[in-house]
Amino acid sequence: MQSATKQLFTDGLWKNNPALVQLLGLCPLLAVTNNVVNALGLGIVTTLVMVAANGLVSMTRNRVNSDVRLPTFVMIIAALVTIAELLMQAFTYELYLILGIFIPLIVTNCAILGRAEAYACKNPVVPALLDGFAMGVGFSVVLILLGAMREILGQGTLFADMHLLFGEPARDWTITLFTNYQGFLFAILPPGAFIGMGLLIALKNIGDTQLAKRQQVSDKSTKESRRIRVTGTIT
Amino acid sequence: MMRFFSSPHLHGGNRSQKIMLLVIVAALPGILTQLYWFGYGTLFNIIWATLLGLLMEAGVMILRRRPVGFFLKDGSVVVTTLLLALALPPMSPWWLVTTATLFAVIFGKHIYGGLGNNPFNPAMLGYAICLISFPVSMTVWTAAGQYLNLADQWLWFWTEQGQIDAITQATPLDVIKHLSGSTIGEMWSANPDVVAYKAAMLWINIAYLVGGIALLFLKVFTWHAPVAMLAGLAVMAFLFGAGEPDLYASATDHLFLGATMLGAFFIITDPVSSATSRNGKLIFGAGIGILTYIIRTWGNYPDAVAFAVLLMNLAAPLIDQYTRPKAYGQQS
Repeated sequence: MQSATKQLFTDGLWKNNPALVQLLGLCPLLAVTNNVVNALGLGIVTTLVMVAANGLVSMTRNRVNSDVRLPTFVMIIAALVTIAELLMQAFTYELYLILGIFIPLIVTNCAILGRAEAYACKNPVVPALLDGFAMGVGFSVVLILLGAMREILGQGTLFADMHLLFGEPARDWTITLFTNYQGFLFAILPPGAFIGMGLLIALKNIGDTQLAKRQQVSDKSTKESRRIRVTGTIT
Repeated sequence: MMRFFSSPHLHGGNRSQKIMLLVIVAALPGILTQLYWFGYGTLFNIIWATLLGLLMEAGVMILRRRPVGFFLKDGSVVVTTLLLALALPPMSPWWLVTTATLFAVIFGKHIYGGLGNNPFNPAMLGYAICLISFPVSMTVWTAAGQYLNLADQWLWFWTEQGQIDAITQATPLDVIKHLSGSTIGEMWSANPDVVAYKAAMLWINIAYLVGGIALLFLKVFTWHAPVAMLAGLAVMAFLFGAGEPDLYASATDHLFLGATMLGAFFIITDPVSSATSRNGKLIFGAGIGILTYIIRTWGNYPDAVAFAVLLMNLAAPLIDQYTRPKAYGQQS
């Protein structure tokens, strides 16, 4: 169980990251990440929906005929998104207004449907919940990184407007990195999101190559040692 | 006409280097005219952009473990930065030129694999990104013939300090766009400085036209794309302008204002990002001309050549697909 959980988290956060590897849910990912608070807000909602959707899909997996599974998944996810939307309307109204259409659009986030189809409908409840959580966190981390990158470049601040999410005390969390900054509109506009996303994927690929290189080195040493022993016994 | 011989073929030497050199020389009349009317700013743009461009090119070549000298010597990056520097307004501060060069050389060219692989014209990409990002800085043009002296321009370039309000003004294309009720004729007579500006742009465009025609005779490129672009622009301007000359700028204005000639002869003739077959080049050029007119007239930005070029760059592979010349003896 321990290693299975670990496997779920390494998959969700790195190896099979919904945003960086599966490239799912790109529409909200690219559209709302123009600052950290939007990214964090959407990330939290998406994670919650993902966990709950995975749990419910896993609970009903033995009762739902496989012919109608996709409509069932969509209905479950839609119901959850409606709940999330109403909650946001109640507690973080301003953020709800800013994120606008992208909250209802979480229904169409392929990352959620993808997890339901690929994992939750074939596994028991607890691993499904963990998988939803790991994938949701993996998605959110990318959202927040991209949001931070675009906020720094685009308006020269970090954590601006956090009071939308955390209430009044968070109003002065804003870190102004450059004073007298004109703003770099390109980073805030959609093309900036695409380029930022591309750079993040490139960084991840560099990380993967480095890891693979290290893996290879260790593989080689064990292989060689075995070979020496084998030849040793033959001669 | 291209003629084919059987092997062995004669190797033409480093063609890119020679072509790039010819392009730079042919741009000289235009550059000098631009300097004459709009001052030292353009010179600063050229020097800074070229320095940075060469540094970035060398940096990327080292990262990609390619021979640095060979790629620096082909001159392609110098042509890119030169065209970019000419397109940027003369009152650009250093960071604007830096951003434009960064996006032109790194994101426009090397992300796609370097010279020969870029789908977009790198100079226009850098220009468009800056125009979208910094609309205010990108539209500061000085009035024709009035410019800062060398020391003040130096100060402005690095610190953006100096009295420039007195000498900046809107470009004629911008003024035509914001007529607010008056006719074009009334606007010309109300703004003598814009008319002077128009005359300066006319001279600059003529200078680029002369350089471009020289390149045409030196067979650096064929006539198809430039002529098609100018024709497309003129036909559109005639279609809309002939009926209502009070509201739409004339064909001559469109041909000799803004970056029309620089675009037609120096930018859309980029062999990498344009269509390749002769019919393809005609379609490519005409598309740029028509789009330039459309974006200039009904768009939000002061000049449209950059956007038109980028849009048609996107279409170039498709155009090539449908205009592939028929091999001799083949049925279509």
